[in-house]
Amino acid sequence: MLKTFKIGGVHPAENKLSASKAIEVLALPKTVFIPVGQHIGAPAEAIVKKGDKLMVGQLIAKSSGFVSANIHSSVSGTVKKVETGPDTSGYPKMGIYIDVEDDIWDEQIDRSADLKSEINLDSAAILAKIQNAGIVGLGGATFPTHVKLMPPKGMKAEVLLINGVECEPYLTSDHRMMLEHGEELIVGVKLLMLALNVDKATIGIENNKPDAIAKMSGLAARHKNISVIPLKVKYPQGGEKQLIKAVTGREVPSGALPISVGAVVTNIATTFAVYEAVQKNKPLFERVVTVTGKTVKNPSNFKVRIGTTVSELIEAAGGLPENCGKIINGGPMMGKAFANTEIPVSKGTSGILIMPEKEAKRSETMPCIRCSRCVSVCPMGLEPFLLMTLSERQVWEQLETEKVMDCIECGSCSYTCPANRPLLDFIRLGKVKVGALIRSRKP
Amino acid sequence: MGKLFTISPSPHVHSGDSVNKIMYGVILALLPAFIWSVMMFGLDSVRVTLIAVAACVAFELLIQKFILKVKPQIADGSAALTGVLLAFNVPASVPSWMLIVGALVSIGIAKMPFGGLGNNPFNPALVGRVFMLISFPVNMTSWPVAGSFGVDAVTAATPLALLKEGIKSGQPVVEILKGLPANMDLFLGNMGGSLGEISALALLLGGVFMLIRKIITWHIPVSVMVSAAIFSGIFWLIDPTKFADPIFHLVTGGLMLGAFFMATDMVTSPMNPKAQIIFGAGIGILTILIRFWGAYPEGVSFAILIMNALVPLLNRYVKPKRFGEVKIQSTKG
Amino acid sequence: MTTIILYTVLTLSIIGVLSAIILYFVAQKFKVYEDPRIGQVETALPGANCGGCGFAGCRAFAEACVSKGELADLFCPVGGNDTMSGVADILGIVAEKKDPRVAVVRCNGTCEHRPKTNFFDGPVSCAIASTLYSGDTGCQYGCLGCGDCVVSCDFDAIHMNPVTGLPEVDDEKCVACGACVRACPKTLIELRKKRPKDRKIYVSCRNQDKGGVARKSCAVACIGCSKCEKECKFDAITIANNLAFIDSDKCTLCRKCVSVCPTNAIIEYNFPPRKVVVAEQPVSAPEKPIEVMVPISTEPKSSEI
Repeated sequence: MLKTFKIGGVHPAENKLSASKAIEVLALPKTVFIPVGQHIGAPAEAIVKKGDKLMVGQLIAKSSGFVSANIHSSVSGTVKKVETGPDTSGYPKMGIYIDVEDDIWDEQIDRSADLKSEINLDSAAILAKIQNAGIVGLGGATFPTHVKLMPPKGMKAEVLLINGVECEPYLTSDHRMMLEHGEELIVGVKLLMLALNVDKATIGIENNKPDAIAKMSGLAARHKNISVIPLKVKYPQGGEKQLIKAVTGREVPSGALPISVGAVVTNIATTFAVYEAVQKNKPLFERVVTVTGKTVKNPSNFKVRIGTTVSELIEAAGGLPENCGKIINGGPMMGKAFANTEIPVSKGTSGILIMPEKEAKRSETMPCIRCSRCVSVCPMGLEPFLLMTLSERQVWEQLETEKVMDCIECGSCSYTCPANRPLLDFIRLGKVKVGALIRSRKP
Repeated sequence: MGKLFTISPSPHVHSGDSVNKIMYGVILALLPAFIWSVMMFGLDSVRVTLIAVAACVAFELLIQKFILKVKPQIADGSAALTGVLLAFNVPASVPSWMLIVGALVSIGIAKMPFGGLGNNPFNPALVGRVFMLISFPVNMTSWPVAGSFGVDAVTAATPLALLKEGIKSGQPVVEILKGLPANMDLFLGNMGGSLGEISALALLLGGVFMLIRKIITWHIPVSVMVSAAIFSGIFWLIDPTKFADPIFHLVTGGLMLGAFFMATDMVTSPMNPKAQIIFGAGIGILTILIRFWGAYPEGVSFAILIMNALVPLLNRYVKPKRFGEVKIQSTKG
Repeated sequence: MTTIILYTVLTLSIIGVLSAIILYFVAQKFKVYEDPRIGQVETALPGANCGGCGFAGCRAFAEACVSKGELADLFCPVGGNDTMSGVADILGIVAEKKDPRVAVVRCNGTCEHRPKTNFFDGPVSCAIASTLYSGDTGCQYGCLGCGDCVVSCDFDAIHMNPVTGLPEVDDEKCVACGACVRACPKTLIELRKKRPKDRKIYVSCRNQDKGGVARKSCAVACIGCSKCEKECKFDAITIANNLAFIDSDKCTLCRKCVSVCPTNAIIEYNFPPRKVVVAEQPVSAPEKPIEVMVPISTEPKSSEI
């Protein structure tokens, strides 16, 4: 019996179209637009100005607080302007436009492909390197990694979990990363263990990636502290709380952080970024992005410099299909739709999913028949039908007592609703309102 | 830019399930029981089912079109399902006009005034059935003898009715049961009774189909049957001369039909597993209570309607287990 | 037979008396003193329970009136001055007169003025659309067109115009309760001073982008050029964040700002048609007057005037 989390969960069609495609390096773009706010927390402050000459890996925006992250140039060239540019949210975001000239890297970056496995740094030095490299959670949440690795006072990490679940349909970037960079990932895991001062690490991989499980298990077998656990395929297993429950059996209390049960979770891409930052001095300025969709000519996994526009990625995957109806930043369950293709790839872009017109449209909404499927699939044990009704009626106080803030917005309820009701849409609205209510109570 | 992309909130995929699929799935699951009833009661069961379905759909269409003035939604299959269930709960010999009155009550009183699909507190088919039972007691309690179609006016009481009458006249239960078909025959459906309730086997087949298709979960049917069996079993163990055995209670009357098809009606059942088990247990116990001490020989319909009334309370006070509803564990272990 | 009747009557009477005694003591025990004026004030209020006063309903407003003893910050927008003077009479004080107000939607981004840049396929709710993203046009400040304001209105006074995709206020029905103001996530709706014949002049734009950007997303956006500010002799117009605002309390409806606006962002309603040549504005006036009056044709009531 494979391990998995207990409450709820769904199993959408996996559609991992690009799982067999090796990671390709995308050609350099002509210009890039690098937003200064690519993470959760305060946006970084730009420290370059128009006309500045840049090298690849040079710091261009400085972290403006503890919960913030540095931003580095992904290309070499000249700063064209520091101005607002397009963003998925539709609201313009401040960022830096750079005209690309050549590909000159900062000398400190080790560009060789050799594996560097000996570690001769202590915890503090590793943390400092991670912080300087501007590493954030690359699974999509973009929470600054150094913050996660420094537990608040009184809490201690006991176990490190590496999230190789990739439970979102279509996405394959972490899968490819495990197959192609397994050795580096193991070094990354060891670095993270050292940084956290824990003596146990577990890599959780869903059972639909047997090749990745085999590869990682083989590598982990040489290290007695690192284990690989195959997990039953179930969405949203990649959710932090669900993964902790599945692997360790511990349940993160409502409203608490994973660290309260002694667990720290990082995903595969982040672990690789940690390896590169610490062992190769390479800041986070490129990432692997899956470009996929049923109508895409060549679904692929690209290694992309941050700031490249989405249109270039789509072009490289065979161009925008004729009947494209929707472009999604991320996977189909939690990703956000793009309004146009001129939006840059940022640290949190794990995939670009192109949906044909037919699939892009929602079906007609019917009355709720109280089938209670939303209740049975909710991984947080909530009652989505009730939360939606309360949100529609604007009863925010009751919404709070019904634990709306526990919702992880995984979308299982809307996915499964036979009446096609927009459950998550209203719950999300409720979360925004209740969040404001809670903040307004604090002095 | 020529073409506009669609933007909508996540999730961007859907399971593909729909209300229609659920409703027609349930109707499909009722097929074995229907075939059995045609075998037992002949074309009368076809007549009853067709009239009930047609009447329910027609009433829903008329109400939506002319009274509520909304876009008719009869294609969703819910009215048709109500019709089938209503038909399954009446004797095959019932006059057509009574059925139409029953359908009017089901749709016109129990369903549409509350707001139509998804809003009715009571199971519409059962409300129609109980209305007919109270209004036309003679027609509703004279059942044609199974397997005797073609011969009119041959009627027989159900095993439960015979049992009740026997007890009233002071016979010991063991003696009465001897005069009734064996439990195995009852399980297969060789007895008098309403159209769809006679064969426990056929209903069980449909129930398994629904469980496999994930239209229903196990909670309600299992808790109905287990609680009915345990509750009647206790009394049977205390005094087998006064009370019939639990197997007899499980396979007679509408218990199977009720457990799998009526109690599991999504609209009128609770919305989380814990509450569903309480709901099912309530139905099982109430059914047996009515069978033992009630005025009617059969109590499933009343039991379900009574528990339907408690559903809002159950939904309110019985909550599913929340994730993270645990005491904060010590991290210094 | 008589004894049965007698006993029945007696028993019932005793039960009745006992219950009455119990009820009396319970009523004494749990008695809550309530100022009778609260009830009086409540009856004087319109009873719409719209929340326009800022309280949960008419009852809560009545309680606030009585407990405060003065009406400085309290006003029932639905009932207006008449109701408030009635309330003041009950409390034995004098109510301050307030100008009647009316809701105004400050966006003129119709489909032709403001082209769509994407297609929103979600619940028809501005609140949800605005938590998701900036909107289905290039203007992040403009109307989302899902009609939350229409839903919020208890007085049937605001409706979506299917041609323009924008909400329109019915001045006669609007009581300025402010429900739509609170419902609009883009804060487009403002309560402005009501003028004779429902005349109004306002900047029908909330776009705070720089001129070029604003103009690109919408043909009738305010670009913050401050021409109107210079034209206004009554200090009614202020420019902040690339956006002009006309203070309805200071505006004298002279209509001069309307003609100088290069993007037609300032709108006038319910005025008689201008003479083609206005003496004071020999150059700029003839260019615009006809265009400016366009919105009137979409306003059903304009024909009455």
